Amino acid sequence: MIAILDYGIGNLKSIYNMFKKVGVESIITSDIEIIKKADKYLLPGVGSFDYGINSLKNTPFFETLEEEVLENKKPILGICLGMQLLTNSSEEGKEKGLGWIDAETVKFDLEDKSLSIPHMGWNKTNPTNTNDIFKNLEDNRFYFVHSYHVVCNDEKNILASSYYGQAFTCSIYKDNIYGVQFHPEKSHKFGMQLLKNFGEM
Amino acid sequence: MLQKRIIPCLLLHKGGLYKTEKFKKPTYIGDPINAIKIFNEKEVDELMFLDIDASVENKEPNYKMIEDIASECFMPLCYGGGVKNIEQMKKIYSLGVEKISLSSQATINPNLIKEAANIFGNQSVIVTIDIKKDFWGNKKVFINNGKKNTKLNPIDFIKQVEALGAGEIVINNIDNDGVMKGYDLELLKEIKENTKIPIIALGGAGNLNHIKEVFESSKVDAVACGSMFVYQGPLKGVLISYPPYQKIQELLGNK
Repeated sequence: MIAILDYGIGNLKSIYNMFKKVGVESIITSDIEIIKKADKYLLPGVGSFDYGINSLKNTPFFETLEEEVLENKKPILGICLGMQLLTNSSEEGKEKGLGWIDAETVKFDLEDKSLSIPHMGWNKTNPTNTNDIFKNLEDNRFYFVHSYHVVCNDEKNILASSYYGQAFTCSIYKDNIYGVQFHPEKSHKFGMQLLKNFGEM
Repeated sequence: MLQKRIIPCLLLHKGGLYKTEKFKKPTYIGDPINAIKIFNEKEVDELMFLDIDASVENKEPNYKMIEDIASECFMPLCYGGGVKNIEQMKKIYSLGVEKISLSSQATINPNLIKEAANIFGNQSVIVTIDIKKDFWGNKKVFINNGKKNTKLNPIDFIKQVEALGAGEIVINNIDNDGVMKGYDLELLKEIKENTKIPIIALGGAGNLNHIKEVFESSKVDAVACGSMFVYQGPLKGVLISYPPYQKIQELLGNK
């Protein structure tokens, strides 16, 4: 059972709908007992960094989640802002991130000023690391909406990159912790495959 | 690279799916859920649903229908129609919709755009602007399904909407609606030169060349199409369609 973490942020219903579609059992929850028993976690997120991190840290389940992810090594997947929260910091805010992956979140600073920010729409990603979460996704496209992107301090944490005026990291990982910048729950069969891969890991 | 989006735009009317011509003559197309299932299989870039009754009849959005639509949509979804306040928006986002389009309300209460963008993020707030020539041939912003002329100048209003924090703007040309003769290139070009946020062109697409033409000449970020994806042939037989991915790539010169 995957717990879709409800901390008042993000499009939880779309993620639930897609897990259901690919036959992976999930539940939208903020209940400590359910979170303790879950096998895996999905950390959604839309909106600003500080608001997101404060909301997450102020939930009654935060300590439980930390223990399950950092000590019991249960897999977690952060989506969009959910991935940015895994990093040390963000140029969007003043608060510290979770720091679960050694990376920073920075604003797009593109030379080509004709490119709109946010980066919004469908883009291809190149998995740069063989990992089960990108299984059967060599040829893909995903839906993105973001103005900030992640920069890893250690290259080994990069899982996939994409291109928008410049190459940027769009997926990161470390042991049991994963993040994707795009929205798999809104990316048709590609997103279904990715969420199914996470469910089957 | 980021791909230009091609978005089917569907109109909800009396609980069904309809297509209009110059915002009149609503013609029944079919059942919305069935249409979504087909668009889902065809892997469309995004879907847009506009309830054309809600504002005119001063009704609440049909939450049950929005929920049913969202649960079948595995691509980004935009809903518009009858949205007047933050509470309604909260409810609609919680049903699994990413983007809400404000139209009549954006002219009546422009501050709602700002308030919504602050709470839900700019990318979640779309403004749809319906434009029509008035009696003197000047393009003006119309509301209430094209029935009321606000007398606002489109470019001035677009700048105002952008400054308030809208994430994208849909430019809907009423004179071109359902006519299938191509987009209003001149207006779109002028709009694109005056804005930074993504512009979605709606109204006029009859074939893929119209789409290619508007992308090349006006540099809009996305197009939305109604008739083209629900009608087939000169007699306008109802048939839901969407070009295959490869064909779009070739059209846009990506392959």
